[in-house]
Amino acid sequence: MKTKVNKTGSVQPKKKSFLQTLKKDWSLWTFCIPGMILTFIFSYIPMYGVQIAFRKFNAKAGIWGSKWVGLQYFERFINSPYFERTIANTLILSLYSLIVGFPIPIILALMLNSFRHKRYRKVIQTVTYAPNFISTIVMCGMLILFMSPTVGIINNVIKSFGFEPINFMAKKEYWRHIYVWSGVWQGMGWSSVIYFAALSGISPELHEAAKCDGATKFQLIRYIDLPSILPTATTLLIMNCGSILSIGFEKAYALQNDLNLSVSEIISTYVYKVGLIDNNMSYSSAIGLFNTIVNMVMLIVVNKAADKLSGDALF
Amino acid sequence: MKKKEKEIIVEKKIKRCKEDVIFDTILFIVLTLILIIVAYPLWWVIISSVSAPAAVSGGRVVWLPVGFNLNGYKEVFENDQVVSSFINSVIYTVCGVLVNLAVTLPTAYALSREKFSGKRFITMFYIITMFFGGGLIPTYLVVKGCGLLNTMWALILPGCLSVYNMIVARTFFKSNISEELYEAAEIDGCTQGKFFFQIALPLSGAITAIMVLYYGVGHWNSYFSALVYLSDQDKYPLQLVLRSILITNQTALSQTATTAEARAALQEKKQLIEVMKYSLIIISSIPVLILYPFIQKHFVKGVMVGSVKG
Repeated sequence: MKTKVNKTGSVQPKKKSFLQTLKKDWSLWTFCIPGMILTFIFSYIPMYGVQIAFRKFNAKAGIWGSKWVGLQYFERFINSPYFERTIANTLILSLYSLIVGFPIPIILALMLNSFRHKRYRKVIQTVTYAPNFISTIVMCGMLILFMSPTVGIINNVIKSFGFEPINFMAKKEYWRHIYVWSGVWQGMGWSSVIYFAALSGISPELHEAAKCDGATKFQLIRYIDLPSILPTATTLLIMNCGSILSIGFEKAYALQNDLNLSVSEIISTYVYKVGLIDNNMSYSSAIGLFNTIVNMVMLIVVNKAADKLSGDALF
Repeated sequence: MKKKEKEIIVEKKIKRCKEDVIFDTILFIVLTLILIIVAYPLWWVIISSVSAPAAVSGGRVVWLPVGFNLNGYKEVFENDQVVSSFINSVIYTVCGVLVNLAVTLPTAYALSREKFSGKRFITMFYIITMFFGGGLIPTYLVVKGCGLLNTMWALILPGCLSVYNMIVARTFFKSNISEELYEAAEIDGCTQGKFFFQIALPLSGAITAIMVLYYGVGHWNSYFSALVYLSDQDKYPLQLVLRSILITNQTALSQTATTAEARAALQEKKQLIEVMKYSLIIISSIPVLILYPFIQKHFVKGVMVGSVKG
């Protein structure tokens, strides 16, 4: 009885409640333990294991028994012709994706927000979200089918105008456009959700007041909607810049073929090929580590820049 | 209520100036164009999958199916590899989601408790993994070292907790399961464990659904970990089999035709395989397609919950 009174009383001494919270915390700690063990095994041990990038990996001796070779693999990567090629391809591809893919969802959200037909808007939203749930393989399969020089719908149209069919997937000058614009097709609806959510949080009074002062719809967007989603946009832009060298493996690999390899070989696909197909574990880890470090530096730099420019830093 | 709405509409009509009318018209046209650009390829895949093979490769399928038939689908179901990998994918997705939930929800709940002493430490523990990782090969070596290569656990355990999803769930718990609720239960003699399973979880149907869908769609659609960790063909998930059919085009069609008849038959078979690809796209998307209306609502909710933290 006495203890209960203590607990509810506001003047209770700190020591007792500390013991009690510790007692309570034990069950909360056990909640976290399975996840922490698995994360430790599959995320932290590999971080420690990344030192095979500095060792000459020997499967028999294991990671710890392999010979230490220092920066040999990094030097090899920097001096190899793949260094410039994979980094340039990765950078171009992700900058292109960023420049095209970043503003389009914002524009879409702004347009949807000031659209007058509410029910039609719902239809547009439902349809534009749908491609987001298509798997990468199906997406790439569709691209390849549509662009096939013999049976593809695009070449059927080209042929019906009397032109020669184009083998899009074999022409390296089209590859980046295909990659980026199909990404826009697939992702624009879904990426606009977060902006749309931010826009629906704007108080309608702001719009009404502006309308009373004779603002046109375009002015509403320019002076009310756009500034209010700017913080969200900045946060997302920083996050995107942080992963500028880590574009996904899945899509690039699925769209690769021997004819477009000179533009489609990016760091992640190269890491996969060197490590698991050519079985050169140490070299592959070195490239991967290099990539991670560049990404981290990038994130810090962009974050600093955003902090200086607008005050909207991530951390 | 309705009267009020009408009034607003009337008011709008009065206030729309010339510029706004132009603006609205342009908006209508642009958005309709976007709708067509997104919807048409999807529609075209659907109509092609039920059209006559010759019509599809001849480019005669435009708005509606031509020569309706289901031969493409029949071809898909007669392909043992597709059927068995479909079953594999279902198993991997279900097991994967169960593990994801078992790990993510308790962690998220614990971290949502204001007074939890491990909050800072564990949050840091997970945030670090978002920005730094060992990379492909060191992870591969760990999976290999654990003896998980070529088992489904290699697809499930390494990604068992997505930090982003965990933060979404944590935000939900924080705003929906109040500390007072626990204190009330505690006075009645409830422990944290009991509280989580008997009170917090039943109240968290929405977030559980969001997690199931986020993780489920992820498992169903991914092929990278299967490509890296699985070597037996009969363990392949659907996406890898799709890859071999749709992308690398490995269909058993190597025989060469000598007579004119055989050549015609081969041509027909080739066209059928093209249509089969469209049917395959539909079938592989069916689990997601069925869930889509449901998914969409919850996915959107998930984005909102997640954005609250920012």
